[in-house]
Parts: sequence; structure tokens; C-alpha cells
Amino acid sequence: MALLETKGLTMQFGGLTAVDNFEVSIDKDELVGLIGPNGAGKTTIFNMLTGVYKPTKGSIHIGGEDVVGKTPYQIVKIGGARTFQNIRLFKDLKVIDNIKIAYHHDINYNVVSGIFRTKKYWAEEKKAYEESIKFLEIFDMQDYADTLAKNLPYGKQRKLEIARALATRPKILMLDEPAAGMNPQETKELMETIHMIREKFDIAVLLIEHDMNLVMGICERIVVIDYGKIIAKGTPDEIKNNPDVIRVYLGE
Amino acid sequence: MTLLIQQFINGLSVGSIYALIALGYTLVYGIIKLINFAHGEVMMMGAYFAFLAVIVMGMPFLATLIFSMVLAALLGITIERVAYKPLRKAPRISALITAIGMSLFLQNLALVVFGATPKVMPTVIPKQPINIGGIQVGTVTIVTLVLSIFFMIVLDRFIKNTKPGKAMRAVSEDKEASVIMGINVNRTISITFAIGSALGALGGVLYSVAYTQIFPTMAVMPGLKAFVAAVLGGIGLIPGAMLGGFIIGMVETLTKAYISSQLSDAIVFGILILVLIVKPTGILGKNEKEKV
Amino acid sequence: MKTENKKTYILNLLAIVALYIIMKVLMSQGILNRYFVGIIIFIGVNIVLATSLNIATGFLGQLALGHAGFMAVGAYTSALTAEALTSEALISQGIILPNLVVLIISMTLGGILAVLMSLVIGIPSLRLRGDYLGIITLGFGEVIRVVINNLDFTGKAQGMSGVPILTNFDNIFWIVVVIVFILYTFTNSRHGRAIISIREDEIAAEASGIPTTFYKVLGFSTAAFFGGIGGGLYAHYISFLDPNTFGFMRSVEILVIVVLGGMGSLTGSIIAAIVLTILPEALRDFAEYRLLIYSGLLVVMMVFRPQGLFGTAEFSLKQFLHKLRYNPILSPRKEVKDGD
Repeated sequence: MALLETKGLTMQFGGLTAVDNFEVSIDKDELVGLIGPNGAGKTTIFNMLTGVYKPTKGSIHIGGEDVVGKTPYQIVKIGGARTFQNIRLFKDLKVIDNIKIAYHHDINYNVVSGIFRTKKYWAEEKKAYEESIKFLEIFDMQDYADTLAKNLPYGKQRKLEIARALATRPKILMLDEPAAGMNPQETKELMETIHMIREKFDIAVLLIEHDMNLVMGICERIVVIDYGKIIAKGTPDEIKNNPDVIRVYLGE
Repeated sequence: MTLLIQQFINGLSVGSIYALIALGYTLVYGIIKLINFAHGEVMMMGAYFAFLAVIVMGMPFLATLIFSMVLAALLGITIERVAYKPLRKAPRISALITAIGMSLFLQNLALVVFGATPKVMPTVIPKQPINIGGIQVGTVTIVTLVLSIFFMIVLDRFIKNTKPGKAMRAVSEDKEASVIMGINVNRTISITFAIGSALGALGGVLYSVAYTQIFPTMAVMPGLKAFVAAVLGGIGLIPGAMLGGFIIGMVETLTKAYISSQLSDAIVFGILILVLIVKPTGILGKNEKEKV
Repeated sequence: MKTENKKTYILNLLAIVALYIIMKVLMSQGILNRYFVGIIIFIGVNIVLATSLNIATGFLGQLALGHAGFMAVGAYTSALTAEALTSEALISQGIILPNLVVLIISMTLGGILAVLMSLVIGIPSLRLRGDYLGIITLGFGEVIRVVINNLDFTGKAQGMSGVPILTNFDNIFWIVVVIVFILYTFTNSRHGRAIISIREDEIAAEASGIPTTFYKVLGFSTAAFFGGIGGGLYAHYISFLDPNTFGFMRSVEILVIVVLGGMGSLTGSIIAAIVLTILPEALRDFAEYRLLIYSGLLVVMMVFRPQGLFGTAEFSLKQFLHKLRYNPILSPRKEVKDGD
């Protein structure tokens, strides 16, 4: 069964149809790219998938569960995690605390144990700490555990944001223009990180991206939209040679 | 029936004062997304300016109005430059605390300068009731209503038809884009504060003429109610502030007349809670979600 | 529990007991006379009010301007409860409760009523992103004052006199210790982390799976609960309640303590509460300028040092001693070791 499946997804703002009948299905271990020119409706799709907007019509299923009308945090619990185009970290907190916050629901003690620091509190906090460190090790960031997030270099901040999203144990990871603002070196590292994620985690990835090289380089399937409508679907090679895509991207 | 109509007209008059003050909140909120808590105090200062103009300088009513509005505009610009401008990029809570600080600072400044004893506003408008078809209406009520509506029309024209007015709309729509379009954002924000403060002062003068007393904390309640009016109509929307002001004024007057004068404040805040539950964007607001 | 943590607890407890003993000795020697003890009790009340407000404003990042309102709800509820618990009717039946028990029951009830109020205004305004809480709490504080001014059983504008005197140095000292401990452990639990994440970035918090509305309401009502308790402590010391002392200015005074100490630092609030309770006493001659200075201070702090004295950091006795011990100037012969 597909981890993410949308049917007839439509979003209207007043009279304007921003997204029209968007359909996509992503399976486990798949990496799908969503591209399109500025204003094509990519971010609107993202906002619907993550619960920021409620679609006018259509359905969204994550891991088989209907998520239309759910709030963003409920969708995270169901298994849809995201990153933001302009990185959003808990800047004044330590790197490890950024991860621990995403672990929130896996830490199991109530307010009273938290206040009076029962055995359970210590055990669960210890577990949370160890898990978070393990997680940072996967991303080779364990040395930064006690660094404040705002003091990380740009590429590492993006990495931390992806790590934080993965720490919520998602079924699908949605990346919103992860290469935005990166230099070629950082973009290269990002591609390596995405490869690594696909090796180590059993998840689906949806990537919105502007950087064509990145998308062509790592996605096995690409969906192209323009004016809110899907104009092409296929492998990178098919997309590269699709006349509609060329027209949209290069102009006539 | 005549009594009800009379109350209705009183409500409109009180409401027009709230609307004037609410406009200042909404203009500033629209442009820098800040609840300008000090706005009520600008209104209070406006009343003191008018008092000085009448008592010390012996100005006639219209000159008093203009004097007070100009000084309040300058005060508004100064507040923005000194207290808010340095915090434009700071966390919202810092700016809000500054606004609260500024509000109290002005209140206490007035307390030190003018003292706690209320000053009595002299009768600048002759107070004989006018009889229209059996309905008694005070001159103050009529003057208030006429002046408020006049200035609201002026504001509307200004925003729609003049260059600085259009700049104000552009900046409240998208600050970054306005910079690119060559709009002087700092000047536009100053103009907004000037206009909002002048309208607030007008409200203050009319309020002090209607209630005859001027004291440092006089603006706390009307300021709060005007803010509720702005939220009720849709914060950031100019017609919303006017509509909200009239509604609040009406509700307050009718509550005072028919239910209880003590409860009227509580009812106004009950309305605020209700608006936040039912339609937080206000009556005229569009249901738009924040972009992420 | 790790031995390391145990050591920290014991160290802090020892320091607190030492402080208590020193103050008791100073009192028995008459060095701290009744006037000073009164100021110390006010410091205790202000610590409770400021640290609790800090949860809403410093840790959660929501401006709350009605803390005096919660304080008033707590004060009046606690006063009425205590009156009922010590009434002639109960005493004639032979039910005589110890003072501390009456105090704890009464102020807890005050705190609970404050929580109920906080839910009524918090749930509608905290569902939304934006600054609605500030304005609604401001209105709430004023409305509460007006209501108390008009209720018969609160004594209307004449105030309420003869409130049982239950707060004294001994019990307020330990109550403050317990409350600060609770707030400290609360902010350092997973719930506290969720609250702090909302201050840092509400949208990111939600995207990390934090139910933001729930935690906003939790933070705000925690603040209200202890605000109510602060009101109870105040009522049972001052014994006379005047509704107008719970006005907007009172809320602002508490806010000034929080801002000065540092939003997000409990120890900062404690230090600032001490300073800002003693200072006005010392500067009595300038009383009429006090509020002018307070409000000016708010603006100046925000423009020049928005993080306050402590920022979000906490004072740690352990680290302080560590620094003293290995300070090359104070103890030049000792070597600095890592990881002690």
C-alpha cells in the first residue's frame, strides 16, 4: 500500500484554483520530486499535505489513514513530517533539545512524575537522551549535541531540521526546497544525506525543489505541475525530454 | 420608543469616538503588526493638549482640535521612532512589552506633569439640547457624530486616492516588496502613526468634551474598548474599525440604559471572547491562514 | 537517580536550610525586626507571582497582562475559604484546623479558581496564533477588579478586612521553596520542553508533533494557578483586601520583575523580585516617580537589553562553587580538572 496517496486534491482561494485535481501515490523507499515554476502551487500542495490548509476537495491518505481536516501535529503523529523552505529550528535551544522535542510523544511520563522526578522520569529522560544521541550519530552530528542550533553552519542547520523531522518517526518525509540558499558543496552534502536517509530509514520521501540538478540527480520519479495542474509524470529521463516541461521551464 | 431612538443616537455618538480610536489601532496593526498599547495614551494626551489650548491659549474649538491633532501626530511619530523602530526585528513579545511600557510611561508622565486630580474641560460647544421631532439630542452628540464621520471620509479618500495613502496600503500588504518598489517604508510608517495618533487625539478631545473630565488614566477603558472594536470589525481593516466602533458604542449605551452600567465593561469583553471563539478574523475579516 | 544529581539536590537543600537558619538567627537577635520580616514576606509573595508569570511570558512566550487578576481571584477565594474554615460554627463543633492546613487548603482552592478563569479566557485566545492573549488578559484583569468592586461577599469597594492572618516567615519560606522547585522541574520536563519550543517557534513546534494549543493552555493555566496561590499568600499576610490594589499596575509590576530578571529564567525572577521589592522601600522619597521609572525601565530594557539580567540562563549553585573552587585567582594552587 502507498504511504502517501492523494486523490482529486483541489484547493481554491476565493475564485482562484491554486491546485487542481492533484494526484500522487508514493510507496515505501520511493523518492518522488515535485517540481514546477514559481507560483505553480507546490507550497499549497505541501500545506495541504501537512494540515496547514484544509483542501477544498479530495482526499489525502498517509499510511492508509485519512488526514484531511487533521491539524499539523496530528498529521505528524500519523506519520507525515516536514521541513521548511526557510529553516525553522528552535534556535536558542541546544541541538540535542531540538531532537528531544521531536521525541516528545515517545517519552512516557506524566506531568506529576515530571515535577517530582520519579524513577520513571529519570528512566525515560535517560532513554530520550540516548536515543537522541544515537540519532545525531546517524547524521554525524553528535559532536554538536550541546551547541545552540543558531550557532550551526547553514548546511548543518538544514541537516538538523531534517534529523528533527525524522525523529518524529514519520512514514513519509516531506522536504520543502531543502537546497534553497545552499552553495554547491552544501547541496552535494545534502544529496548524500538524502541518500543516507533512504538507506537507513524505511520511509517515503517527497521533495519539492527548484534546483533541477538535485531533483534529476536523486529522484526516481518526478511530478511536474504548472498553474496548479499536473503536466507531466515520469522518470527523470522522461521528464527531461517532455515537450510540455521544456516549454514551461524554458519558455517558448 | 423616543427614548430608544435617543439611546440609539447616543450609541452612535459614543461609537463614533470608539471608531476614531479603533482606526489608530487598526492602521498601526495593519502596517507593523503591533498592538500599539500606547495609542490610548496618545488619545489622553490629545485631550490634555486641547485643555491647554483652551485654558492657556484661549483658542476657539476648531483651532483647538487642529492644535491637539497636530501635537498628537508628532507624539505618535516620536513614540514610533524611539520605542518601536529599534525593535522591528525583535521577537513580538519584546515589541508588545515596549508598547505596554510606553503606554504606562505616558500615563505616569501625565500624572507627574498634570497631577491626579481630573481637569475639567470647559464647555467649548454650547450645551443646549436640540429637539428633532420630539427627540432630544445634545449638541455635543451631534458635533461628535458629524466630526467623526467627516474625518473618516477624509481618511478613506486619503488612503484610496493619494500617493502616501497608497504607500500605506502597499506596506501593510508586503513590506519587502514595497521596498523594492521604491516606497520609503520608514516614512510611510511615520505617516501611519501620525494619522492614527491625530484621529486618536480627535477621539480624546470629543471624549473629554462629552464626559467633561481629563485625567491620566482616562484612556484605559475607552482604549481597550476601541481595541475590542478593531478586533470585532477585523483587525487591520479600516472599515472594520469603523463598524466595530459603532457596534461597541451601541452595545455599551444600550447595556447601560437597559441592563446595568456596571456590567457594560464586562459585556464588551464578553464580546471579545465570543469573537475569538466564533470568528477571530472579525466581522469583515477573511478567513485566511497564515503562510508557512 | 544518578549520584551526581543527588549531590546537586543535597547541595541546594543545604544552602536553603543554611539561609533559613541564618535568617531565623538574625530574627531572634532582633537584627531583622518586624519591618524587615514584612519586607521578606512581600519578597516571597513577589517571587511566587513573578516566577509563575514567567512560565506564561518567559517560557511560553505569551504576553499575559492580567496576573493581578489571578492574584485577586486567589486572594479573595482564599480569604473566604479561610474564613469559612475558621468560622465560629466549625470551632463550636470542636473542629479546629491548624493554621498551616487552613492556609494550604485555602490558597490551593484560590489557585484552582484562578485556573478555571484562565481556561475561560485562555482556550479561545490561545487557539489562535497572535497577540490576543495580551489584550484579553488585560481586559480580564480590569473586569475582575470591577466585579469585585460590586460583589457583596467581597465587601465591594470598601474592601474585605479581618482576613485570617496565616502567612508568616516560616511557612512562606518553605512554600516559596516548594513552588520554585515545582516550577523548575516542570520547565525541565518533557512538558516544559514542549512549552519552550512554542516560544522558540510555534510553527516548527507543531511540525515536530507538539499539540501547541494544549501546551499553551497548560503553560498559561500553570501561571494562573501559582498566581492565585501568590494572591492567597498575600491575603493571609496583609489581612485587608482592597480591590484597587489588584489593578493593571499590579500586573505590570510583576511583569517588570520578570522582564528585569530575564524572560525564561526562574532564578532571574527571584533576584529581580528581591531587588524590586527592596528598592521601592529604600527609595520611598521618590515614590511618585516609581511607576514612571518602572515603565521607562520596560522600554529601555526592551530596546537595549531585552534578555534581562539572566536571559534564559539559570543560576546554578554547583557551577558557581565549581568556578570559585577552580578560580586561579582565589585558589591558585589547585589545578583545573575537566569533568568534575
